[in-house]
Amino acid sequence: MMTRKEAMATLLTHARDEIIVAVYSMAFELVAQRPDHPLNYTSVGAMGLASSHGLGIALGRPDRKVIVFDGDGSLLMNLGTLVTIASVAPLNFYHFLSENRTYDVNGGHTVPGGETADFAGLAAAAGYRGAHAFSDKDEFAANLGGILAGPGPVFTSLRIVPRDQTKEAPTPADYPQLYTAKARALFRATVGGGD
Amino acid sequence: MRAGRFSIGVGYGGQGRCNLEPMTNGGELSGPAIISEIKRSGIEFILSVPDMTTSKGLLWPISRDPELKLVRACKEGETVGIGAGLSYCNRRALLLFQNTGLLDSINALRAVAVEYKLPICMMVGLLSKEPGVPPTQSNYYGVRIVEPILDAMGIHHECLETDDDLPLIKPMVDRCYSTPEPVALLIGQPVAWPDEVASI
Repeated sequence: MMTRKEAMATLLTHARDEIIVAVYSMAFELVAQRPDHPLNYTSVGAMGLASSHGLGIALGRPDRKVIVFDGDGSLLMNLGTLVTIASVAPLNFYHFLSENRTYDVNGGHTVPGGETADFAGLAAAAGYRGAHAFSDKDEFAANLGGILAGPGPVFTSLRIVPRDQTKEAPTPADYPQLYTAKARALFRATVGGGD
Repeated sequence: MRAGRFSIGVGYGGQGRCNLEPMTNGGELSGPAIISEIKRSGIEFILSVPDMTTSKGLLWPISRDPELKLVRACKEGETVGIGAGLSYCNRRALLLFQNTGLLDSINALRAVAVEYKLPICMMVGLLSKEPGVPPTQSNYYGVRIVEPILDAMGIHHECLETDDDLPLIKPMVDRCYSTPEPVALLIGQPVAWPDEVASI
């Protein structure tokens, strides 16, 4: 397994200037590692909708790659999104999953199916062009470039170490970067401005 | 029986447009005319889950219309996120679904559309609403509660009961995207489509 920090750091080595939609703990990690970036998109509003926002952006900007970093609890709230995305099949859509099998920001409770669900298998069965699962950081790093170089939609599940809620503090949440109107306006000006 | 602030029993007196003016009875809602107004409003994308009220007269013809891009979603809440994403790219979308889908999407609308002040434009078929009857006076609970809920959420809405109401479409879409804010166009009766055209 890898840590959330390692997963995001690895992703950013290949996606320094891509649109990245991220939720909850991965959003905290994104703005910590790529602060004040105009292509950070974290205002997904309602749990489960990250990939839907990402699909809209991918359709609106087919010239840009769109990376969604979802959570397993979030994805479970909107599983139909896998079928919708596969049906639309945007070539520029890359769906990553932080699979720590817990609701990290809501007390660390286990997600349903935490020991049984095969998320990459679900994406493959839904019709994604590709689906991968990595537990090892180095293996993820070795394959990431190829994943992002190919056509989407591709799904990649990453097995993430769950946080020990009794010992580890969560990644600090930078709320002004995450959820303010100013952050959304910056994203709109960049993405909508046709850069 | 004690009534709450937003009574949704018989005789609710909400602030929706449909209660403010007498309904025109006997006229139809024309699918070709609605689609023409949708296009005139600059809508590019239709994000939809099928609805009995709009299936024949809107969704089927839209699915065959090369000028409109149709995204079929599995659940209505998805369309709120997709529409939000498109709006950041300055692309206009219309969410087309049933009142049951609106009810299922309340939290997505609360957060994404209302709190973030994003342009989410909905066209909502009122399943089983009686033609000519204001939604708040329908016999169907799921129809009666729609306007009071939209009022409680501060979402501006208008009713499309007959073709006389179609001039409302473009100003509502423009309001949605210029403010920006969510809006809802409520479809009050099954949308008609000329059979000779629908069979093409």
